[in-house]
Amino acid sequence: MTQPLLDTSPLVSDEIRKTTCYMCACRCGINVHLKDGKVAYIEGNRDHPVNKGVLCAKGSAGIMQINAPSRLRAPLKRVGPRGSGTFEEISWDEALELATSWLKPLRETAPEKLAFFTGRDQSQSFTGWWAQQFGTPNFAAHGGFCSVNMAAAGIYTMGGAFWEFGQPDWEHTKLFILFGVAEDHDSNPIKMGIGRLKARGARIVGVNPIRSGYNAVADDWLGITPGTDGLLILSLVHELLRTGRIDLDYLSRYTNAPVLLNGDPKSSEYGLFLRDDVGKPLVIDRVTGKLTAFDQHGVRPDLAASHRHAGITHRPVMHLLAERYLDPQYAPEAVAKRTGIPAPKIRALANEIAHTAFDDPVILRREWTDFRGETHQTMVGRPVAFHAMRGISAHSNGFQTARALHILQILLGAVETPGGMRFKPPYPKPATAHPKPHCKMTPGAPLDGPHLGYVQGPDDLCLKADGSAARIDKAFTWENPMSAHGLMHMVISNAHAGDPYRIDTLFLYMANMSWNSSMNTGGVMQMLTDTDDNGDYVIPRIIYSDAYSSEMVAYADLILPDTTYLERHDCISLLDRPISEADGAGDAIRWPVIEPDRDVRGFQSVLLDLGARLGLPGMLAADGSPKYADYADYIVSHERKPGVGPLVGWRTGDRGLTHGRGLPNAAQLDEYIAHGGFFVAHVPEDAAYFKPWNRAYQDWAVGMGFYDKPEPYLFQLYVEPLRRFQLAAEGHGSCQPPDHLRERIKTTLDPLPIWYAALEDGHADPEAFPVHALTQRPMAMYHSWGSQNAWLRQIHGVNPLYVPTKLWEQHGFAEGDWAQVTSAHGVITVPVAHMAALNENTVWTWNAIGKRKGAWALDDKAPEAEKGFLLNHLIHELLPPRGDGLRWSNSDPVTGQAAWFDLRVNIEKVPAPDRSQPAFAAVDSPVGKGPDTLAWKVGK
Amino acid sequence: MTSLPDSTERKLGLVIDLDTCVGCHACVVSCKGWNTENYGAPLSDQTPYGADPSGTFLNRVHSYEVQPAQGAAQLVHFPKSCLHCDNAPCVTVCPTGASYKRQEDGIVLVNEDACIGCGLCAWACPYGAREMDAASKVMKKCTLCVDRIYNENLPEIDRVPACVRTCPSNARHFGDLADPDSDVSRLVVARGGMDLMPEQGTAPVNKYLPPRIKDRLDRIDDADVLEPFLDVVTDQPKGFLGWLDKALDKI
Repeated sequence: MTQPLLDTSPLVSDEIRKTTCYMCACRCGINVHLKDGKVAYIEGNRDHPVNKGVLCAKGSAGIMQINAPSRLRAPLKRVGPRGSGTFEEISWDEALELATSWLKPLRETAPEKLAFFTGRDQSQSFTGWWAQQFGTPNFAAHGGFCSVNMAAAGIYTMGGAFWEFGQPDWEHTKLFILFGVAEDHDSNPIKMGIGRLKARGARIVGVNPIRSGYNAVADDWLGITPGTDGLLILSLVHELLRTGRIDLDYLSRYTNAPVLLNGDPKSSEYGLFLRDDVGKPLVIDRVTGKLTAFDQHGVRPDLAASHRHAGITHRPVMHLLAERYLDPQYAPEAVAKRTGIPAPKIRALANEIAHTAFDDPVILRREWTDFRGETHQTMVGRPVAFHAMRGISAHSNGFQTARALHILQILLGAVETPGGMRFKPPYPKPATAHPKPHCKMTPGAPLDGPHLGYVQGPDDLCLKADGSAARIDKAFTWENPMSAHGLMHMVISNAHAGDPYRIDTLFLYMANMSWNSSMNTGGVMQMLTDTDDNGDYVIPRIIYSDAYSSEMVAYADLILPDTTYLERHDCISLLDRPISEADGAGDAIRWPVIEPDRDVRGFQSVLLDLGARLGLPGMLAADGSPKYADYADYIVSHERKPGVGPLVGWRTGDRGLTHGRGLPNAAQLDEYIAHGGFFVAHVPEDAAYFKPWNRAYQDWAVGMGFYDKPEPYLFQLYVEPLRRFQLAAEGHGSCQPPDHLRERIKTTLDPLPIWYAALEDGHADPEAFPVHALTQRPMAMYHSWGSQNAWLRQIHGVNPLYVPTKLWEQHGFAEGDWAQVTSAHGVITVPVAHMAALNENTVWTWNAIGKRKGAWALDDKAPEAEKGFLLNHLIHELLPPRGDGLRWSNSDPVTGQAAWFDLRVNIEKVPAPDRSQPAFAAVDSPVGKGPDTLAWKVGK
Repeated sequence: MTSLPDSTERKLGLVIDLDTCVGCHACVVSCKGWNTENYGAPLSDQTPYGADPSGTFLNRVHSYEVQPAQGAAQLVHFPKSCLHCDNAPCVTVCPTGASYKRQEDGIVLVNEDACIGCGLCAWACPYGAREMDAASKVMKKCTLCVDRIYNENLPEIDRVPACVRTCPSNARHFGDLADPDSDVSRLVVARGGMDLMPEQGTAPVNKYLPPRIKDRLDRIDDADVLEPFLDVVTDQPKGFLGWLDKALDKI
């Protein structure tokens, strides 16, 4: 037979433009293929350090953002009541003048009356700088409702955490254990890593109540009870200590296990480190038996010896650690019931971890020299790697749980060693090398420093003279002293309550606070529209910037429409959340690979324009004209300190182009574009491991501008700043917590990890609400910031409540049934589906599939709006009242992280309603509705 | 009716690793993107923002729960597209010759110029791997990216199907399954690659690698897979600290 002639070499595109994806937060490199200036196809960039050519479903679906009907088209001014979605289009000049007229008086009189919170912002070093120049203490991004527990626990413990801070050593690890990963963090690198491990037969263990995604391919699954991961981890620690399977050499050299603690119960420094005259922690040298600073040449810190002086015994951290975790309360049998993991399985996992770490080490023949000056001929590693994300951190015990996981890693010697976890430059960076939070305001002048940071003790809290919170979100207060990312989830609630004070203007970017980004969604809508006795809005003004017609748009008074990610400049900066991998420091840009076809502007450029109109320092040239033409100009010319700017590649050196430190280069963006949109500086081979203690790494990092001088440090098994807060709660020092918080601080701010039941359990009755309820994101859909993508919504357009077999049978559910789900806070009625591979007391659903009618240019009958739902209605930003008259935030008591996953519910079968409940009235769409058909072929 | 070649010189196809597929749908959307822009009519979408959105996809990922007789339930992600069968019933049923299997590489294609949109092929396919495009009224199916794998406008490394190039977990492999020495053939041998529904007699070229045995930590009495349990050090005189002191002397 004859076959038709085929052209098997059609032209793929006229041009490829390389930029950075923004369909989620992972910052992969993409090749955007263009035909006649239109986007024909998007694929992964093979040269890019993050994704090395691969691309996830979201990334490939980016092409459907360009034609998304939900794209905002022009600045909007509210004309109807707030919440109705009724707007008129206005010019940019009018919009910016309006914003200026609102903000200028605030800056001159009371800068704190502007609360500026930026959601899933990838330009926080810029937006934070803008807020600092404005002078308000009220700035943060979304970390507080995302994963600050993970970040803060990691930074305080070891100068880095997972995802953006570190990664498994995919090349060498033999056992990979995942805890509570939301499936998008971090999207492609984890999948690529799992693929590499699978290809060489390495083992993967998943610890997660839900066996989907990565857990579905894990060789072993521990379907743990939500909120008990810390208990499981400490039981593993118990087993490793009990059997002596810990890395003593590593612990003595690189951690504070040998550091001596003040053992005098009467001392105001009880439990703090013994230090020398210059403040260096003291250890006993095993060689000489003498007390010495930890970092001296030739010292071999002793893990076993105590120091006795003046009748007091000062013991090393190692003693306290062993004493605590050898306690029978952490034995596998003791934790089996609570965790839902049988004791033999816990012991079998401990055994496998120990066997892999110590009987099968990775030894690289690479010479390196440590900070004490000792040269090692090899790099010995423990090939057990862990990864964890929101699943363990979004609990009110998440900080201590994440800490516990790091303790486990460190006891194994499996951090910054071959086969374990590796940091990504500019990490490692200990808490002491980060800024402290700043909140000192002067009307008409900048804030006294960066908003967010790492407190070292009570003196660093953001409190006013009267002890009340300086920040609207009450970050860095006694309620949550180490809230390193702020508490975005408390801003609207606190502003509405006037607690700690009232604000004037709420300015939000990329944060869907009237929908999936808030707890208590219905309550938040109420707060945003509530009026006072005069009929004025309680939150007087709301400015919002988004690229799409999200649910939040209807609640703003002024909309500043952003571009899509293919139409804008961005920098993914080493000052912020870069694209580094363990073997290289990297940063990247976005640039307009297509021009907007609407009257929209990149938010950061708008912010610079607004800053110039407000006369903010640093945004005006000497002649009073705007200093920066736009964000691209800022990216290239701004210097944070001499020689250090947003991008490290292709700066100007003494003899031509240079990388790292250097003067601005006007053609820098052209260089980035010519080099694929990113820059990578490779870590030298002898600097690749043991980075916190490795002289070669420290010197390289100074050259790159990450530190001003080498800063070797010890891993903090025992976190001294936590002890300082405990001491205050015990009555020491002048900065004292309110009495109602003393006991909680003493308990939860323990300098060695502890486990305690979720705080909601103390407020909501576990008997009345016996079921745990969780959400996770589908890998193919990321919250809502990418509009309702025409292709992705065909994959994930519905989100039933998944119910495990035991509950399914107990309630007599059948396919198509609906359930009423009740929490201490609210009620929802939703469709159910059966899932067997699920913890038997846990229900869950996909996050943020549910949409409000009228939003996202979707049809009113869209399944997302008819059957979709949010668990958010069941979760309050405050814990249920318990009669003490106090507002208890539903957050981690250490960091303030939103405790989304503490939720407990009761479910019962009910007749199917017309649509999911609660049902909200439709909002007017400022963008109309989408087309009836799509056939998106741009070429001939 | 249309005839199949007696044999093909090569058997190009996919080997899909069910032990590794995390169910992320990257392949689904990459395929949609490439094939909307390239071979034949675009893959259209009907009411893409409406109450019942639907569209043409050449590759979809299904998820199935498996409940073993003992132990925890498992979830298997199962990507499915045309398997480019040797005995392709979709070809022989085609009344116009639009559906055909290529002599040189075994790829099953639809010549859209000859397709009358009768849908017989989709009925004949036991795998449900063909979809009628509602806008263009022609039958669409996986082309194995025939316009990529030989495309001289692409760098050689990119001459693989879009789904293979994009798969983040490397669960999709492309090659010549007629060549016993090819990487894909070796993978099939090493991992016990299987035909999908062999009883249908379709002789699919694509192969699936089955999931590995799971949950071995639950079988703790199985001496082959687990080491003996660890020695306890806390039972020593002076307990843990006594052991610690002695152990430190050894390093």
